[in-house]
Amino acid sequence: MIVFLLKRLMAMIPMLLGITVISFVVIHLAPGSPTDMETMMMPKASLEAKARLRALYGLDQPLHIQYWNWLRRLVKFDFGDSFAPDRKKVIDKIAERLPITILINVLSLFMIFLVAIPIGVLSATHQNTLFDKVTTVFVFLGFATPTFWLALLSMILFGVDLQLLPISGIKSMGYEELSAIGKVLDVALHLILPLLLSAFGGLAGVSRYMRANMLEVIRQDYIVTARAKGLRESVVIYKHALRNALMPVVTILGLSVPGLIGGSVIFESIFAIPGMGQMFYQSVMSRDYPVVMGGLVIGAVLTLLGNLLADMSYALVDPRVRVRHEG
Amino acid sequence: MRGDGISNFREFVDRLIANRLTLAGGVVVVSLFLLSLLAPQIAPYDPDEVDVKNILAAPGRQHLCGTDDVGRDVFSRMVYGARISLKVGFVAVGLATIIGVVLGALAGFYRGWVENVIMRFVDLLLCFPSFFLILAVVAILEPSIWNIMIIIGLTGWMGVARLVRAEFLTLRERDFVIAARSLGAADLRIIFVHILPNALPPVLVSATLGVAGAILTESALSFLGLGVQPPTPSWGNILMAGKDNIEIAWWLSLYPGLSILITVLGYNLLGEGIQAALDPRLRTRS
Repeated sequence: MIVFLLKRLMAMIPMLLGITVISFVVIHLAPGSPTDMETMMMPKASLEAKARLRALYGLDQPLHIQYWNWLRRLVKFDFGDSFAPDRKKVIDKIAERLPITILINVLSLFMIFLVAIPIGVLSATHQNTLFDKVTTVFVFLGFATPTFWLALLSMILFGVDLQLLPISGIKSMGYEELSAIGKVLDVALHLILPLLLSAFGGLAGVSRYMRANMLEVIRQDYIVTARAKGLRESVVIYKHALRNALMPVVTILGLSVPGLIGGSVIFESIFAIPGMGQMFYQSVMSRDYPVVMGGLVIGAVLTLLGNLLADMSYALVDPRVRVRHEG
Repeated sequence: MRGDGISNFREFVDRLIANRLTLAGGVVVVSLFLLSLLAPQIAPYDPDEVDVKNILAAPGRQHLCGTDDVGRDVFSRMVYGARISLKVGFVAVGLATIIGVVLGALAGFYRGWVENVIMRFVDLLLCFPSFFLILAVVAILEPSIWNIMIIIGLTGWMGVARLVRAEFLTLRERDFVIAARSLGAADLRIIFVHILPNALPPVLVSATLGVAGAILTESALSFLGLGVQPPTPSWGNILMAGKDNIEIAWWLSLYPGLSILITVLGYNLLGEGIQAALDPRLRTRS
């Protein structure tokens, strides 16, 4: 297992380098530099001041030198300072916001698996029944519904009309005065809508994948054997088939990370949740290059970690994978 | 393989229509085509016509879906918005499909370092949350419909490439390919004339599903103000106006979102149906 893990970690290094190169290239496609933005805000800024700004940000250096300097600091987790007036360190900004985004995504992934796996299994064992058709339409509805639209509608319904749930932020005004339990409840109340919405959207992927796997497995010879030796149908399905069909679903975990992080831009902006997504959107709007670069890199690194996690859990549940990679 | 073409195709269409959900998806997709084609005939008003006396009018006899914050007819704007969705869907997915097919074919056919370079690049791009990548590039370039279509296409080809490569890996070892090669056919001819047509069915499925994805992405971008810019009507930017008037004008939020939902659902059902009709293993035992 350790050999497997080490091999995986080594393989991540060139990927990490590639990620930094792509992020850097993307940001430098920009025709208008961030210094233009600032001098536009202050039209009196002289040419000399403009040049000073450029030098301060290192934008007057040739590209490869800029990249090299950036990369050298990156190794120390130094993404530079934000261009925003607060001049905060990018890494501090991200560290502040990342836990919120991760918390929301882990919770919503958990909910997705909890609901989608039973749906997938049952619609495979009851293929083409009413249940199969209804759940198919349901998960496709979730997949096809624009999250931001459903968010708007539920804000109108629960927030404006019924006044049941808070619709913005993750804490109430008087959060600091609440007891420990009150604090948890308060955050939970704020997270209900965003969580339900993002889980609804993610159901389709997992449940359809589960359904397809299950259909594949049910047709295997060993299932025929299990049935032939007179096992009860429930044992055949839930012991023999389910275990084998469940394994590949683990890989979906890793694959869904980029989608979840990308999706957080939308509902974090709508619900005013101070997470990575909202930060990324704001920094993109104000052309805060260091934050955008930091966000891109961290987003991609999270995906890599998600893949690693999925690989490892796959190796844990399926010994064949382990042997193949160690041999 | 070729001789059976017509009867195969008919069987395929029969199977496609047999599934009611797929049929529903097909109807949605075709109606959408007609809607965008006949937009000037269907829309009761000019989508840009401002009616100052009827700002934020509720849906009624005069305005089927109400009016927006400058008094334009929402229904007419939605009809014209269908054109944008269709255009974005097809151009973005067309671009993604072309890139994906070419790179996937090269990787699967030549193997070796070509495959290594292409597939590592695919892995790399797949690491990025694509919405982050799209947002960053759209914000850097001017947000315009052409930029959006190109960017969605450029960030969406990786799945197609993987698919096509996998098909090529098995197809390149098949007898008809070996036969073509021994007859002295050039590589390009083998790739495009012999192998590619056999690899296309799964590409068709992924393209159909891709259109749905592209339409969703465009509407999300327009909703965030980084997509199709007003006054050009798009479902996403009508929704943006809906958010600004969330407490007074529910119709601005409800109808455009519903159009997106129905459209995306239609493409997904159609794509899923095509897949089921193509895959003999998933066919129901009758």
